Amino acid sequence: MSDSSAITHGAPEAAGHHAHPPYLRHHFESVEQQADTTNFAMWLFLLTEIMFFGGLFTAYLIYRNWYYPAFVAASHQLSIPLGGLNTLLLITSSFTMAMGVWCAEMRKKSGLVLCLILTFILGMGFLGIKTIEYGEKIEKHHVPGFHYSLNSFLNPDSDEAAKAAGDKPLALDMARHTEVYFSLYFAMTGMHALHMIIGISILGYMIYRAQAGAYTEGHVTFVENFGLYWHFVDIVWIFLFPLLYLISRHQ
Amino acid sequence: MNYLTKENGLLSWLLTGDHKRIAMLYLISLSFFFFIGGALAGLIRLELLTPQADLMATDTYNKVFTMHGVIMIFFFLVPSVPATIGNFLIPMMIGAKDLALPKINLLSWYLYMAGGLLALYTMMTGGVDTGWTFTTPLSTHYVNTNVLTTGLAAFIAGFSSIFTGLNFIVTIHKMRCPGMTWFKLPLFVWANYAAAVLMVLATPVVAIAIVLIALERTLGIGVFDPTKGGDPLLFQHLFWFYSHPAVYIMILPGMGVISEVISTFSRKRVFGYTAVAFSSVAIAIFGFFVWAHHMFIMGISNYAVIVFSLLTMLVAVPSAIKIFNWTFTLYKGSITFETPMLYAFGFMGLFTIGGLTGVFLGVSGTDIHLTETYFIVAHFHFVMVGGMLMAFLSGIHFWWPKMTGRMYPEKISQLAAVVTFIGFNFTFFPQFILGTLGMPRRYASYPPEFQVLNVFSTAGASILGVGYLLPVLYLTWSLKYGAVAGDNPWQATGLEWQTQSPPLTENFPVTPIMDHEVYDYEWLEGQKAKEVASVG
Repeated sequence: MSDSSAITHGAPEAAGHHAHPPYLRHHFESVEQQADTTNFAMWLFLLTEIMFFGGLFTAYLIYRNWYYPAFVAASHQLSIPLGGLNTLLLITSSFTMAMGVWCAEMRKKSGLVLCLILTFILGMGFLGIKTIEYGEKIEKHHVPGFHYSLNSFLNPDSDEAAKAAGDKPLALDMARHTEVYFSLYFAMTGMHALHMIIGISILGYMIYRAQAGAYTEGHVTFVENFGLYWHFVDIVWIFLFPLLYLISRHQ
Repeated sequence: MNYLTKENGLLSWLLTGDHKRIAMLYLISLSFFFFIGGALAGLIRLELLTPQADLMATDTYNKVFTMHGVIMIFFFLVPSVPATIGNFLIPMMIGAKDLALPKINLLSWYLYMAGGLLALYTMMTGGVDTGWTFTTPLSTHYVNTNVLTTGLAAFIAGFSSIFTGLNFIVTIHKMRCPGMTWFKLPLFVWANYAAAVLMVLATPVVAIAIVLIALERTLGIGVFDPTKGGDPLLFQHLFWFYSHPAVYIMILPGMGVISEVISTFSRKRVFGYTAVAFSSVAIAIFGFFVWAHHMFIMGISNYAVIVFSLLTMLVAVPSAIKIFNWTFTLYKGSITFETPMLYAFGFMGLFTIGGLTGVFLGVSGTDIHLTETYFIVAHFHFVMVGGMLMAFLSGIHFWWPKMTGRMYPEKISQLAAVVTFIGFNFTFFPQFILGTLGMPRRYASYPPEFQVLNVFSTAGASILGVGYLLPVLYLTWSLKYGAVAGDNPWQATGLEWQTQSPPLTENFPVTPIMDHEVYDYEWLEGQKAKEVASVG
């Protein structure tokens, strides 16, 4: 103990002047420091998420350059109305989430609970529509692997979606590469859906806690940070939608 | 009263939020995995004692070296210094009460354990034989071993590493005590900060690569499958985008330890503090742009080879800055040869050899001859075992009095340091020669003319094994019988030495103020004089 006194005299007496709110963790000097720190940590975590999805986007970039005709033909198998509706749902959910953060800051408990429930429902809606889309792929044997079928790309006239888009038959070699497109489609949307499922689970927990008044007594960092996560997942979809659904729709 | 005695019982350890206790949990579990990985290394060396594959079948040998790599890299080298010494000391060095996110810190340890136990389970139930690099299409199409569980183990350990890195960055940014500016941070903190940036930015990329391998094995998607138009090289790009920076994740914190030890035992401020601090950052940045030097013979374009070869040379610059600055720190210092310093000297010598042979491998011309031979094995082990493990042991001895409140026995530990150094050189130096003669790595058998050098190597490995067992024995012994250390046995300047040993749960009785320069030995003398005056 003797050495320790050497550098400690004259230190500001941080503790004890005023009562601390119960949510201030012992190792922080102030509520501001705590909020600042957890916020910064969340941004860093989102940075790791960007790198995580970055690997997939890199793969997409390369293969789309190599196999552009296959990517165009395969993208015609996706339903733009369903994808567009999902985009709308997610953007709306980001709005309700932002409103939720505002309600927490304004200490409006019922508003917060309502916003979280709306976000929850919109997220579930997104996953529901995604399930329908996945179901279509399974039916048409567009899931990569043993059962994968090239029929829609070799004989586009036999396939409604391909016919509607006016697809020409692809050479066998290029048609095979549609499987790479669907591999990326399932990997990217699957990882995104996994993030949605995690987000929705946390939302469920937050609704339960918010009803007990957890976030409306000044301590809003959890809601704030979850909001950041939710917006991030939303933004990933904003990139996925045009990259996967709208490849040839700019002409 | 200190952090060890504050609470008792197993639960008080398993549910702790205290960075020091979590560091001790890491230290115990890391040592456990180290000795498992070491035993596997022992098996490899025993097999290579004779030219024939006689101790084990060739596919068993493949599994043994794979598990050696997986365990040593993901469960020892990557977390080694940051998770133990860094976890314990970073908050203390910057004058904080704890890491910014104590629960995440504990979660990080649980993830580490989950990953580690899964890796052990994999080993027990048949192992994996792809090499630790999980190279496609071998890992996705051609092997029937446990690629999935091993991949999952590495994936989980990756998250542990991400959370540790994230915690360090946030802590160093937001939790510094009054007066602790960036250029008053000890170099250990700078080095860990640089490593943490790599952990946070690089690890997620290998995570997604592993996910894609798992999807390819289970569902048959075709991102890396050439029969479907996928490209196996893409896997290697993603894998090495992490795994090259990963070697800097492993070595940077070790370099941080060496900076502290060299300064303390030469009783001088580190020469060129700013240059050493920025060289850590430079290594972290350059480290992101050299990954393809692992792929020179894998079919990447010749122009890419030239660019990556040049960039690889650049990494030598900040590494050399460190070695030169440590040497200049020694110049005219009052050098003493306590155990941490012996290990630090070992580090400087072996890391320099390891680093220079890295240049041979970075030059594409020589790399084409040397790659996939024992030269690679020797280079990597010189940097990682000769460098990193020496640094780890140096740090453990240096901060042992702070962590436990007890001194380790000096004479026998000096002996252990020397034994380690000798054993290490016997083990790995012959492998440089074997590599230049053309002995390929990853085979259980070899032409008989290589036997003499292999016998040398195996004999050296047994000496090395003794060198690693000794510290376990005497450090455990010292927990009870070691001399009481006192607050600052080395007369070092860091804030961690200005509080009691072992420290309080919240590290300092009152938040410290950093009112002097870092490595300021005159300030320390002044403090002692003041204390004497006040007592007198």
